[in-house]
Amino acid sequence: MSQARNSIFRTGFVHAALIAYTLISLFPVFLTIINSFKDRNAIFRAPLSVPTPQTFSLIGYQTVLGQGDFATYFQNSFIVTIVAIALVLLFGAMAAFALSEYRFRGNTLMGLYLAIGIMIPIRLGTVAILQGMVATNLVNTLTALILVYTAQGLPLAVFILSEFMRTVSDDLKNAGRIDGLSEYSIFFRLVLPLIRPAMATVAVFTMIPIWNDLWFPLILAPAEATKTVTLGSQIFIGQFVTNWNAVLAALSLAILPVLVLYVIFSRQLIRGITAGAVK
Amino acid sequence: MGSLQLKSIRKAYGSHEVLKGIDLEVKDGEFVIFVGPSGCGKSTLLRTIAGLEDATSGSVQIDGVEVGHVAPAKRGIAMVFQSYALYPHLTVKDNMGLGLKQAGKPKAEIEEKVGKAASMLSLDPYLARRPAELSGGQRQRVAIGRAIVREPKLFLFDEPLSNLDAALRVNTRLEIARLHRSLKATMIYVTHDQVEAMTLADKIVVLNAGQIEQIGSPMDLYNRPANVFVGGFIGSPQMNFVDGARLGDSRAKTIGIRPEHIGLSRDSGDWKGKVVHVEHLGADTIVYIESEQVGLITVRLFGEHRYAPDDIVYATPMVGSMHRFGADDRILA
Repeated sequence: MSQARNSIFRTGFVHAALIAYTLISLFPVFLTIINSFKDRNAIFRAPLSVPTPQTFSLIGYQTVLGQGDFATYFQNSFIVTIVAIALVLLFGAMAAFALSEYRFRGNTLMGLYLAIGIMIPIRLGTVAILQGMVATNLVNTLTALILVYTAQGLPLAVFILSEFMRTVSDDLKNAGRIDGLSEYSIFFRLVLPLIRPAMATVAVFTMIPIWNDLWFPLILAPAEATKTVTLGSQIFIGQFVTNWNAVLAALSLAILPVLVLYVIFSRQLIRGITAGAVK
Repeated sequence: MGSLQLKSIRKAYGSHEVLKGIDLEVKDGEFVIFVGPSGCGKSTLLRTIAGLEDATSGSVQIDGVEVGHVAPAKRGIAMVFQSYALYPHLTVKDNMGLGLKQAGKPKAEIEEKVGKAASMLSLDPYLARRPAELSGGQRQRVAIGRAIVREPKLFLFDEPLSNLDAALRVNTRLEIARLHRSLKATMIYVTHDQVEAMTLADKIVVLNAGQIEQIGSPMDLYNRPANVFVGGFIGSPQMNFVDGARLGDSRAKTIGIRPEHIGLSRDSGDWKGKVVHVEHLGADTIVYIESEQVGLITVRLFGEHRYAPDDIVYATPMVGSMHRFGADDRILA
């Protein structure tokens, strides 16, 4: 950036706007976390104050970790999210490669068909999905969730990745072909590394709705052994009494893994961007 | 080892025909250049030889073996691309060795061949670097090295110098010429730059609109262009074309005279005209003349000359320098 175009006023204004946005986004998270460390009275009496020695309490975390099988819930959420992301990225990238690399009859139509899923919410098909899962004996299995989430994530993945794949140079792929790489090697060893930033973007977009989803776990896998974290936290929300300590503690804990995954992917994202810029 | 026969190669995309029946024979050790304007099908032809595109019909034979259905890697060819096409995540050494590694060659052999190619191209100090850390000229040398390592029957070059700046282009051109002499390999080279074609080729193939216009040595094409297109395409500045009728030639529709084959005088000559514009290039002086008899013509004089716009001059074509083309634009016997 040139010095001439950047006055202190402008820079200050940009930073002020960004800081304000950051505060607004982080405030609910901050509120959840501070309240999860307070006792019940303090949550209601002074919801905006940070825990003091008088109000500090770990009762929420004790409840969460003691009652219910939260280790299993976390494990379930992890398995479902990671496997679904992996499948979405793998199949999405493969479909995108075929659509962008090969000329065949109905190519454009196929691309459109695959992209329609972005516009039509998968929840519209819940009844049919449930019937299908019942018929195939997949109710109350993590497989059911993984299948649904893979289907849910694929349209966007195919759409974004095929746009990126078109930018990969044909000469590079042809050089690979002349060097004797198979189409699979070209895909895995030449194309995928080059579109890593796009893969990270897709991973983030796919991950968050899956991790946070309540709908499908509730319908397809409500059994104790297959509950996800989001569903597991619901046991603390009753019709008449809600155990806020436990709910807030469960939510705070649920943020952590997703944060870790996000940091991993965004590293990739930034590395990919700078690699492209320096080249 | 390394001859090529093309027999009536046709290539169409839908109803659009890009190659309209190409017949060509390349002998072992020849340096053949495909030259032509953009969109004439020269790159498509090269890709067809490489196997990256399938011909709609026709046959491609390398060393007498039909390769129409053979994968690019198995054809015994190596290709250098305009955009270098180096693998960005591999080091220079791995870039050069990948082809052999895929072919399952032992490590020691790969090491030796890569080392040899690297020293040929003075790339030794860069073997551990990645393409992003190299300059354009170095990247193109790596791409050439990658081709050498494969020890192919045919080297294919797809406009390899187009992305380089002028000075580097001359250097790399010399390097390619030197390589051709030392490897004695068959090379096929595509370019739209006629200077590259004239300086490197044993044999030039002039393509236009999917057809071969003429095949010949650089001097053949310069001295005996087969038709108006080749006459106009080879040589810079472009050949002057004059209507045959204006020169009183009843058989020739067009007469071509190269700018360097016209003499200029202030006193007397065949065609009287007025200087329109003068370009001083040091070694040459290019004079544009609007003459009454033959219209606008270009004259190339060697050395420096003091002509100025609006001077009245007389131009005289040298004896035997006229190329006479008939009504079908072909040269008259």
